[in-house]
Formats: sequence, C-alpha cells, structure tokens
Amino acid sequence: MVTRSGQPLHRALGLTDGERDEVEAILGRPPNHLELALFAVMWSEHCSYKSSRVHLKRLPTEAPHVLVGPGENAGVIDAGDGIAVAIRIESHNHPSAIEPYQGAATGVGGILRDIFTMGARPIAVMDPLFFGDPTEGRQQWLIEGVVSGISGYGNSVGVPTVGGELTFDPCYAQNPLVNVLCMGVLPVERLVLGQASGVGNLAVLLGSATGRDGIGGVSVLASAGFGGDGDDAASAKRPSVQVGDPYEEKRLIEACLELLDAKLVVGIQDLGGAGLVCATSETAARGGVGMDVDVSAVPRREPGMVGYEVMTSESQERMLAIVTPEDLGRVEEVCRRWEVRCAVVGKVTEPPDGEPGRLRILDGFGGDVLGDVPAAALSEDAPLYHRPMARPTDYEARAADDPGALAAPDDCGPDVLSLLSDPSWVYRQYDHQLFLNTAEGPGGDAAVLRLAAPGLPASMRGLALTTDSNPTWCAIDPRAGTAATVAEAALNIACVGATTKAIVNCLNFGNPEHPEVMWQLSEAIDGMSEACLALGLPVIGGNVSLYNESFGVDIDPTPVIGALGLIEVLSVRPPGVTLVADAALVLLDASVGASGDRRSPPSLAGSRWAVERRGHRSGTLPPLDLMGHRRLVEFVSAVVTEGVAGGDGLVDGIHDVSGGGLGVALAELSVRSGIGLQVSGVGDHRDLFTEAPSRVVVCTTRRTELISRAAEAGVGFRVLGTTGGDRIVVGGLVDLSVAEAGAAWRNRLPSLLDELAPASTD
Amino acid sequence: MAARVGVVIFPGTNCEHDAILALERLGASADLVWHGDTSVDGYDALVLPGGFAHGDYLRPGAIARFSPVMEAVGRFADSGGPVVGICNGFQVLCEVGLLPGALQKNRGLRFLCATVTVRVETEDSVLTAGVPAGTELRIPINHFEGNFTCDADTLATLRTEDRVVLRYVDNPNGSVDDIAGVCNQARNVVGLMPHPERASDPLLGSVDGNALLGALLASADSPVGAPVS
Repeated sequence: MVTRSGQPLHRALGLTDGERDEVEAILGRPPNHLELALFAVMWSEHCSYKSSRVHLKRLPTEAPHVLVGPGENAGVIDAGDGIAVAIRIESHNHPSAIEPYQGAATGVGGILRDIFTMGARPIAVMDPLFFGDPTEGRQQWLIEGVVSGISGYGNSVGVPTVGGELTFDPCYAQNPLVNVLCMGVLPVERLVLGQASGVGNLAVLLGSATGRDGIGGVSVLASAGFGGDGDDAASAKRPSVQVGDPYEEKRLIEACLELLDAKLVVGIQDLGGAGLVCATSETAARGGVGMDVDVSAVPRREPGMVGYEVMTSESQERMLAIVTPEDLGRVEEVCRRWEVRCAVVGKVTEPPDGEPGRLRILDGFGGDVLGDVPAAALSEDAPLYHRPMARPTDYEARAADDPGALAAPDDCGPDVLSLLSDPSWVYRQYDHQLFLNTAEGPGGDAAVLRLAAPGLPASMRGLALTTDSNPTWCAIDPRAGTAATVAEAALNIACVGATTKAIVNCLNFGNPEHPEVMWQLSEAIDGMSEACLALGLPVIGGNVSLYNESFGVDIDPTPVIGALGLIEVLSVRPPGVTLVADAALVLLDASVGASGDRRSPPSLAGSRWAVERRGHRSGTLPPLDLMGHRRLVEFVSAVVTEGVAGGDGLVDGIHDVSGGGLGVALAELSVRSGIGLQVSGVGDHRDLFTEAPSRVVVCTTRRTELISRAAEAGVGFRVLGTTGGDRIVVGGLVDLSVAEAGAAWRNRLPSLLDELAPASTD
Repeated sequence: MAARVGVVIFPGTNCEHDAILALERLGASADLVWHGDTSVDGYDALVLPGGFAHGDYLRPGAIARFSPVMEAVGRFADSGGPVVGICNGFQVLCEVGLLPGALQKNRGLRFLCATVTVRVETEDSVLTAGVPAGTELRIPINHFEGNFTCDADTLATLRTEDRVVLRYVDNPNGSVDDIAGVCNQARNVVGLMPHPERASDPLLGSVDGNALLGALLASADSPVGAPVS
C-alpha cells in the first residue's frame, strides 16, 4: 500500500519497515489499512514507550502503602483512614506548541479522565510550564494561550489548580513544555482498574460524539519533532490538535463517579491518545478477553468518517465503560440525568481456545469484519528498542569549565532583584481554592490540602503536593541533576510539615534517535533511581515525552518530578514562606559539618546567577549527600509538623534554598512578608548565589531550641542573622529596601505580559 | 430548629459541596436541589452556588434562567424567602430578573482568583442582618465575569434605596461604584461575587465569610417580608 505521494502507507502512518513486517508476522498475513492504522497509533512512541521502557524498569516502584504502581492510568497510594490517593503526571507539549489554548486545555482534560478512571474524584491540578525568553512576542503569545487554556478548562471543569512552575530558557523557544499533574481521592474500596471482564458484557461509550479532531495525534504530533519537513509543518499539523469542552467533561466526571458509586460498571477506561483503539484493546488485554467493536454504533460528529478515523480519533471527553447487560438500563438513566450521551459500541468476547483475545472491528454486530487483530499485540507486543547511547563529546571539557572565576558583581543587590519573579500573575488566573481544601496555595514551597472530598470518610490528615525540575542542572549532568531534583521535591514537601510518600515523573527529552539524548534519558533515570532509593521513595507513575526538538536542536533534558506528601494531623496552616519580625534566621544545611565548616566550596555551576547574569552553563554541580539530605528532610518535616498539628511550633517561616541561591531565598522571604532582615557571614557572591542542595532558611523566635534540636538530629546549621526593619541587608553584599525588592518581584511578569490582548479561545 | 437550606445545582455548578460544608458547619442542614426540580417546598432559604451552570454557554446564567427550578425559586423569592446567589448564582439571579444589573468580563480581561477586602454597606438584607455597615471582611473572589454593571437610573435607585450590600475596598474587576453585592427591593434576594464559603475555616486563611452565612441562617429562621407559604 502506498499513499498518493508514493510513500508506503506504513511510513506515512509512522511505522518503520521493520515494524510493518512485525505486524505481518503477528497477523500471519499482510495487514489491511485499518489494521495498519491501529498498530501505528498503538506502537507510537507516545503510547508504547518503545525507546524508554528498557530504562524505566530500573526505577524503584514498591512500598507497603503503594496500591497501584506504574503502568495503570494512575498510581495510587493508601493514605490511611480508608482513603486512597491517585496521582498522575503527563505532558501536552506538542499540541501546546501548535495551538497553545487548546493544547493546554485538553492536557488538563486528559489527565482528569486518567484520575477518575481509577474511581477517584480529581481534587487538585498542578502545571509545570517551560517557555523561551518571555520578552519575545511569540513566547508571550504562547504563555498567554497556555495559561488561558489551563484557566479556561480547569476552572470551568471544577478542579482547583494549586501550583506548578514557570521556567524560562531559550531552549524552549520552539518547543514549549506543558506538563500537568493531577491528584484525586477515593474511598479505598472504590478503586477500579481499566479492564474488561465477563464474556457478553457490553462496552459503552460515554460522552462526546467522535469527530475527526486529533486523528493520529500520538503518532503525528507526539512522536516526531518539529521542523525539517516543510516550511509550515506546524500549521499542517494543527488538525491533529484536539478541542476541549470542559462542560462536557464536568458532566462526564459526575456521571462516571455516580456510576462507580452505584457499582454499575465492571471496568472503565478513558479515551486519550489513540482513542477507541487504545481503550478497547487495553481493557480487553488487561482482562484477558477479546472485544468486538461496532464502528457503525459510534456516535459521530460529522458524516463520511471511515473505520480507521473512528477508531483512532482523539476527540475529547469520552470514556469507555464495561457494563453487564442487566445494568445497561440504569447506566442509561444516570447518563440521561447528567445529559451525557451513551452508546453500546462493543461486546466482550471469549478468546479462541488457548489463544489471546481478539479485537475485531465490525461494521455492525454481525456485519462485515473490517479488522481482526490479537488485542494484546497492540499494547504488549510493541517493539522495544535499545537505542544507542553516547555521552556528549564535550562533557569533560564542560565539567572543567567552572564558573567560580567569573567576574563578581560590585554590588549583588541588582543581581538579586533581577532574579526575583512573583508567579501570581499565572496562578491568580487559576481557581486554586475550590473544595475548601487549600490550606497552602500556589507560590509556596509546596501546596497543602485537606484530605477531604464529598463521599470520603472523615480524616484529620492533609496532603502536600509539589512539582520540581532543574533543566539547567540536568543539561550539565543529567544524573546528578535529576537526583537533586528529587531531593528538592522531598525537601519542599518537608517544608510544609509533610512526609513524601510517592513520586511521579514526566521525562521531557529530545529526539531519542540522537545517542546523546538517550544517554541523558538513561542517566536521568539512574539519578532518579539513586535518589529515590536513598530517600525511600517509590515511583508510582510517569510519562515520557520524547522528540522535543526543533530544527534538529534538542531541548535541555527536563525531568519533572511530582511529589506527594502526607500530613498526619493538619489542624493549623503551615508557616509558609514568610517572616515574623524580631526573630532569628537559621540556615539548616546538610553540607555543613558539625564543626560549622563547609565540606565543599560553594559551586556556581548550574546556578541561575551564572546562567542569567553571566551566560555561563558549564562546570561541575555542587555535590549532593543523599544520606545527609535525608536527615535534613526528616528533621525539617518533624519540626514543621509539630506546629501544623496544633502544637507549639518552632518554625515561624521557612523556605528552601533553590533557584537563585540564598540571596533569592532571603529576598523572597522578605518580600512575601514585607519584613526586612539583617544577615552576616555570607562570604562572597558565590556563597550568595550557589544553588548547593540540602539547605533551608528557617525564621524562628526560639533559636536556641531549634539549634539544639538540629544538633541532636545531626543536621548542620549556620545562624544567619535576624529579622525586622524595612531593608534586606546581607553584610557587604546586598542592601535593598523591602519595597524596592517587592516591586521588582511583583512587577516582573505583569510588565511583560499585561499589555497583551488575551488569547482567543477559538 | 436548624435552618434547612436548599442549594440549587445545575449541570456545571461546582461550588455546591463547598456551600453545604460551610452551612453545615454553622449548624444548618443543607440539601442539593436539582435544576430540573419544580418545587423548593420545605426550605427556609435557598443558595445558588458558584460554578459554570450549563457551561456558561452563551453567557453566564443565560441558559440557567430557563431551568425548571428557576420558576420555583422565583415564587420562593416573591413570598419573602431568603435567596442568595454567590458568583455564578449572582449571574443567574440577574439573568432571571430577580436582581438588577448584569456581570460583564473583568476589567483586564483575565480570570481572577484572589482574596479581597469587601465592606458591608447595609445591615438591612438577609445576608448582612446583624453585621454592622462599615465592617470589612476578607473573602476570596473567583470569576472572569464579575464586573457589575447597570444603567445610571438603576445605579441611582440602588443607592437611594440602600441596596448596595457589599463594596470592594480595592476594586479588582472594574465593577461600577465598586459594587460586590446587591439586593432586591424586598431585601430578601442578595447576589454577591465573593465566595463567603471560601472564608469559613481558619485553615483557609479567613473565617470572615461566616458572618454573612450566619446572617443568612438567622434570616432563614425569621424571614423578612411575607411568610413563606
């Protein structure tokens, strides 16, 4: 089969010649067009993880409280009190690059469906976003569109967006990253898995009618880079972006949760990438059964659609429920009430003797067979690639190029100001309070939520949630950078008094056919694995987004880590990133020995100061002592949680030291509280701007007690100074007024983005 | 006896459970009333909570006004029953004509979720009975279309009749005359953009909304105007 342009059909669909031959071997005959299309979408990089699976196996995934690990629609942990928490993270990078509003909006919609597929009510979303230089018009258009898309969809569908990240770096100019994390809660006994069972049961398609939007989204968009195949490749791919309708999704959520509560479904699966073919083949494969799908029964949005279009469409807001024939009437009744369309489109079938179940695509039950493949072959027999890996040839030269010798600023104050940015321009556009759970919203070290939702058993517990990334570090050393990112996430969770229970990850990388990119991916996975093992954290889910390249240039390796923490008793808001006047400032620092000496000189490698003020992106990252870090994390969590539980807390304000180093951490504490500070003993600009890990600034009115507790726990510390007044003073380096710093912090994003007309939503 | 509050839900409403939680913490009993229902008998007060009724298609509240329950809400209001519309509920009450004016897109054309300070302007409404005029409250807003507008005559009437219930201290959305909430002539129907239920628990950072919700429950026990039939 060839296309009109003479290209073999399988290549036009994204399959290699070898993959096409493999399909023929599985079927024992040449595939027809429809069958080839099914394999093309299911064996796409996006759906099959064919380049990354061999590496992902090295991650630790188990812990006693893990109920569901990687491979399902979402990871699930037991949070106690009869409540389970589901969490997942995904990317919607390529669609957002092409059409920022709909790309971001449907990213939110898709991940919500993954969560309620597990039987959970989605209660929080977070959005880590990465763009190019925000002073450029095109980047501003992308930022505006993506933020409006998340706001427009998330607010309307009724799930609060409680945090995220905003990173600017030129490497994302052509290839912005839009990741989205969602967390949901459920009574443990409602946990459902996406599988079909019971021969004769019905597959019922719920939600929107099926159109031509998003056909081949996973294979056309998500599994190839941009540029190089025509002048206007991005425009040509626009029809592959789906269009979202949050009102449809809201009714779908309520209808599905009601069906699950009433125990009217035996299995349920969302329709995301690869649409109906993915949902039907995966539910059948997991249940060890077959399925007949009648394409003529699928409600359509437009006439003239052919079988492969119906099967691979990525139209949004659809779910597939497996229902017994006896319950169909009651299912239809619930759907009618919520104004959700439902149609029987398939039947669970008995596998042939001793063989795996078949996925048969029919034109009417009992009508023509349009396609017939083993269901499991689509998901489980996907190719597995050990792609070549190579360390970049300039790796050692770059490691030796240390930024320590860069010219020191005469006055560090202006450099501190230039590194301040208040993200509230973004999160004020997100409903972050719905459900009355948000004790600590966006902008802090981690969000804190009550563990509560309609229909859940009562609980005093709280949840903490953060996403973290450090692509600059990962570009220098993907292994150490990723380990440091995991460490930072765990420390952020500790800063709000919680204990990290699970990690999810979204691995955004370049083209896996570049050996350097595969090396980065492999190293990042090893770094994550090392940190998770040392800190005792299971990885319960993840997503891999490859081909983030434009015109042959890959993005910096960008592993995003989502961390989920638990608070045993949440009765008082955590102190947060703030100061009280007339208190002491103490730096808890795992890199300081018991004698108070630093174990290593402060490295500026990978720091925002070196990159943004000096354009320097090389060197050797500051070391991370994972055992020392673990002691710090446990100590911080313990002292903060005493106050959060309603006790007499030692901590009046707290902030981890990360991007921008100690200088930015101190300034942020000051501008958020409006209170000044006086710090001494910071040696030079390297000490001020190094982003050495495992450090936390604590504001306390009980300095002596905090210090003695730290010493007992084997956690290093330095007394930095005191709070009060209206100036930010770091002896010999910085002297700024709080008002001036506050204005720089607050005005950064509005001054760039508020002149714009809002993005159109159509 | 605890006041019994009906919380009216349309497809797309999303603050219904929050309203129930906040009201129940204050001692009320509260149930959901489906938009397709034609009766609100048995309730002492009604709340139309926030969200996106019918997806806010066409414009907020434009379709919800045709939901069957709205006729019953109208009869309940006409007979003096306390009715409060929060955010999207305010928009619905304006569309159905129980309150004057309309809510257009925010100045700045962005969605706004933030805690603001509002001032109680009159003690004479079902939502502010017993809360002295001049009281300042910290309460979150959460809207894209919260910019209250009305013609000059209506504004003059609202002022003369003391029907501006709440004003923003620092106007976030461009509302005419800083208006955050208004009531009808009988003072038993109130609409406001801020979400008092989001300021109902110290964990959320403010409990100022309880003053308003508490006043509503007190009003439900001794309704103004004609007795509820």
